[in-house]
Amino acid sequence: MTTDLDVQVWRGDSAGELQRYVVPRGDKQTVLDVVTYIQRRLDPTLSYRFACRVGMCGSCAMTVNGKPRWTCRASVERVAEAGSLELRPLRNMPVIKDLAVDMTGFFEKWQEAGGRFVPTSTRHDPIAVVPPSSPARQAADAGIECINCGICHAACDVVAWDPAYQGPAALNRAWTLQNDVRDGDHGQRLRAVASGSGCLGCHSMGNCARYCPNSLNPTGSIAGLKRLAVKAALKGEL
Amino acid sequence: MTASALQRLAMRNHPAYWAFVVHRVSGVGLALFLPLHFLVLGLMLEPRAADAFFRWTEQPLVKLAETLLVVLLAVHLAGGLRLLALEFLPWSDRQKTWIAIAFGFALFSGLLFLLAAW
Repeated sequence: MTTDLDVQVWRGDSAGELQRYVVPRGDKQTVLDVVTYIQRRLDPTLSYRFACRVGMCGSCAMTVNGKPRWTCRASVERVAEAGSLELRPLRNMPVIKDLAVDMTGFFEKWQEAGGRFVPTSTRHDPIAVVPPSSPARQAADAGIECINCGICHAACDVVAWDPAYQGPAALNRAWTLQNDVRDGDHGQRLRAVASGSGCLGCHSMGNCARYCPNSLNPTGSIAGLKRLAVKAALKGEL
Repeated sequence: MTASALQRLAMRNHPAYWAFVVHRVSGVGLALFLPLHFLVLGLMLEPRAADAFFRWTEQPLVKLAETLLVVLLAVHLAGGLRLLALEFLPWSDRQKTWIAIAFGFALFSGLLFLLAAW
C-alpha cells in the first residue's frame, strides 16, 4: 500500500485540540504502529502509553475513530474508514497529556466496589477445593479475564453522566469476587456495590460488553449484582 | 454536526443501546401524554364536551397519533419486561432476540390498532 494515512491526534490536556499528521501506510499496520511512527519520526513530544504490543497488558487503549480500542489490536486496514484516523484519549478519565489519561479515579473505584479478595484461610490450611463445574465458579470464570484496560469504563455513558458511578470494570470485578467461595467479604462488598453509585445505576445499554476487547460481559455481571442486591434487600440484609 | 462528532455517536449504534434509547424516549413521551389523558378523563363530567371531543378523535391524523401512542405503550411495556427478565433471570445471551421481539411486538400492536381503527 502506498497511499498515506491522514491522522488527527489529540494534543494537550482536556482543553487541547486535534493536530494533523500524515503517516505512510504499511503492511499489517496497527493503530499503535501509527502512533509510534508519529512519536519516533514526526513529533517526539507526543505522549501515549503502551507496553506489550500484543493485547496482553491493556495499556494502549485509546479512542480510535470514536470507538474505544486497544490500538495494538486495531489494524489500520480495518478501522481507518476512508483512509483517515482520529485518535483521542479514552473518555471518562482526566487527560494528562495527548493520548495518556489519568487512571487513578478508575482504580479507586475498584477499591470502592470492594474489588479486593479477602481470604478466609491461611497458607497453613489445606488448599480450597473449588469444582470448576460449579455455577458460582463458572460465573466467576466468565468475568475473570479482565486486565483493567479501562475500555468499558470509557465506553459507558452512565460513567459519563455520573462520575461517581463505579463503572463496569469495578462492578465486574466485584461480581467475580461475590462468586468466589473462598472470599470472606460478600456482605460488605454487596453493600458497597448496592450503594447509590453502584450496580443499580446501570441502564443495561451494553456499551461495555460491546467494546470489551476480551469479550467479557460486564452488563451481565452487573445484572448478577442487581439480583444479589434485590435478594439481600428482600431478606433485610442490606 | 461534524464528521468526528458523528463517529463518536456511532459508538452507540448497537441493539442494546437502541433498546435503551427507545425505552427512555417512549417513557418520557408517555409521561408527557399522561396529563392530557387525565384532562380527557375530566371531560367525562360534561357529556357534551366529551361527545365533541370523541368526534374530533375520529379524524385520520388523530387516529395516526393514537397509533403512535399505542406503539409507545407497547414498546415501553415489552422493553420493561425485557429489562425485568435481563435483571431478574439468569443471564442469557439472547439479548438481541428479546430486543427484536419487544420491537416486533410494539409494531404489531400498532398495526393491529391501525387495522381496527380503519
